[in-house]
Amino acid sequence: MLMILSKVSSLSRWNIDRTLAPLLRMAGMMCAAVLILIVLFLLREAWPLLGNGGWVNLFSDDGWYPLEGLYGLLPMLAVSLAVMLGAIMLAGPVGLGCALFLQFYAPPGLRKSFRLLLSLLAGMPSVVLGLWGLTVLVPIIALWQPPGPSLLAAIAVLTLMIVPTMALAGAAALSAVPADLVSGAAALGMSAKSRLLYVVIPAARHGILSGVLMSMARALGETMVLLMVSGNVVQYPHGLFDPVRALTANIALEMAYATGTHRAGLFASGLFLTLLVLVLAWLAARSVRYD
Amino acid sequence: MINMRFLFVFSALMSMFVHSALAGQRLTLTGSSTIAPLVLEIGKRFEQQNVGVRVDVQTGGSSRGISDARTGLADIGMVSRVLHESEADLKAHAIAVDGVSMVLHRDNNIDTLCNDQIRDIYTGKIRNWRELGGADQQITVVNKAEGRSTLELFLAYFGLRNSQIRASVVIGDNQQGIKTIAGNAGAIGYVSIGAAEFVEYEGAPIKRLRMNGIQASTAQVRAGSFPLSRPLNLVTAGEPDELAQRFIRFAQGPDVDDLIESQFFVPLEH
Repeated sequence: MLMILSKVSSLSRWNIDRTLAPLLRMAGMMCAAVLILIVLFLLREAWPLLGNGGWVNLFSDDGWYPLEGLYGLLPMLAVSLAVMLGAIMLAGPVGLGCALFLQFYAPPGLRKSFRLLLSLLAGMPSVVLGLWGLTVLVPIIALWQPPGPSLLAAIAVLTLMIVPTMALAGAAALSAVPADLVSGAAALGMSAKSRLLYVVIPAARHGILSGVLMSMARALGETMVLLMVSGNVVQYPHGLFDPVRALTANIALEMAYATGTHRAGLFASGLFLTLLVLVLAWLAARSVRYD
Repeated sequence: MINMRFLFVFSALMSMFVHSALAGQRLTLTGSSTIAPLVLEIGKRFEQQNVGVRVDVQTGGSSRGISDARTGLADIGMVSRVLHESEADLKAHAIAVDGVSMVLHRDNNIDTLCNDQIRDIYTGKIRNWRELGGADQQITVVNKAEGRSTLELFLAYFGLRNSQIRASVVIGDNQQGIKTIAGNAGAIGYVSIGAAEFVEYEGAPIKRLRMNGIQASTAQVRAGSFPLSRPLNLVTAGEPDELAQRFIRFAQGPDVDDLIESQFFVPLEH
């Protein structure tokens, strides 16, 4: 009886494996194919500008004036990176602090409502934050350092946007640290501060790092906020109060009315943005592997 | 039984196809991206009132409207400017007027600027309102994104290229421009007159500048006396056929005034 049962069950598992494995493989390959198709699509749409060595112009043209045939993308690339780095430098420590508070210091009654608050903030539509930035933050900056819409405003609103993402990802990573690690550290007589700094955070570093990368990707892809508060002037930022334009905002700002090579230029912006995200993902994979 | 039902549905579908193919009249319009959203709305209303007619609207700029009307690729071209002399072979039918107004913050004590002053502000030669007799405040130059029709009209009127403009803020649509100017006492920008007039009555702290001494209002635009304005034309090669003629008359008529106003253009006098 046992023999028969086990035989049947092993046979059936085999069957399931045989049907499941190709299905899963297909699903995986479809995901990869979608990415490849997106890149190919962007390449095709941007080709009128990239072809015949035209891609050099994206780097060498002095400014972005599509109606006059100038397609310099580098300033916007720099701005996208600057905004992302600025936001993550502010949101990273604050978000991690929120996560530590939530996981280790918040009184049980407060913990639940604090977590709810963070989730709500994480789900806040970016256009709402952008509207707040445009009507409240930008006029305040304008009183201080005109014109108001600036790199600073963009970094500030984006920071607000990614702090909850960072905090929730951090909290998930911290809660995944085995409890016996923490109690073991306590048993060794380590203070609360050293337990967090030398045991918990190092043990949760992968989760925290993936939270950082998730937040960075969100900051890089954010469009509406940048469109509303950054000023959209194409130039290298020379200071925090300069109005700037990021790649995402460039697409959203001009897509509706772009035709011909102008449209191709916007697809080139999209291509650059995608490549930037891919580099980010590659760095993430690398840092985890070499850790 | 299943077969019967399938046959029934199939034949019903087929008859619908055949019916629409027989009754379907199609009207194609191409051209200016300024006019396209308006014509799209007018087309929807036209379709409702004329069963079986389909109105197809495609953008591609005024020059495409001209060439498609000439070659017959489109029944009607959309051109957001006065026709040139070289385009005398085409017939223009104005359906509305687009006017652009220079806009300041309400607290700015400047009430009028001449064209040269506006040009100097936009090219960065004048950077402080003090130089024009105003308060000691830095000027925030609000410009439009490339491809927008208001930018085109502005540049053409002042004889500027976009690369000459030293903007402090670049905006997309009229509303964003108005919010930017309302939030910055030193700002100057330009938006569609209809949009500016509307939010001013709603209480937004902005004001429209006089141009060459003429008040920037939809009334002046309609009367044709406001300088910074242009007609929105439907063009046809020669006399339009019956359906196109019916559509043009509908678009020029009082039945679509609300659609024209909702896009912040100015309807014609009827």
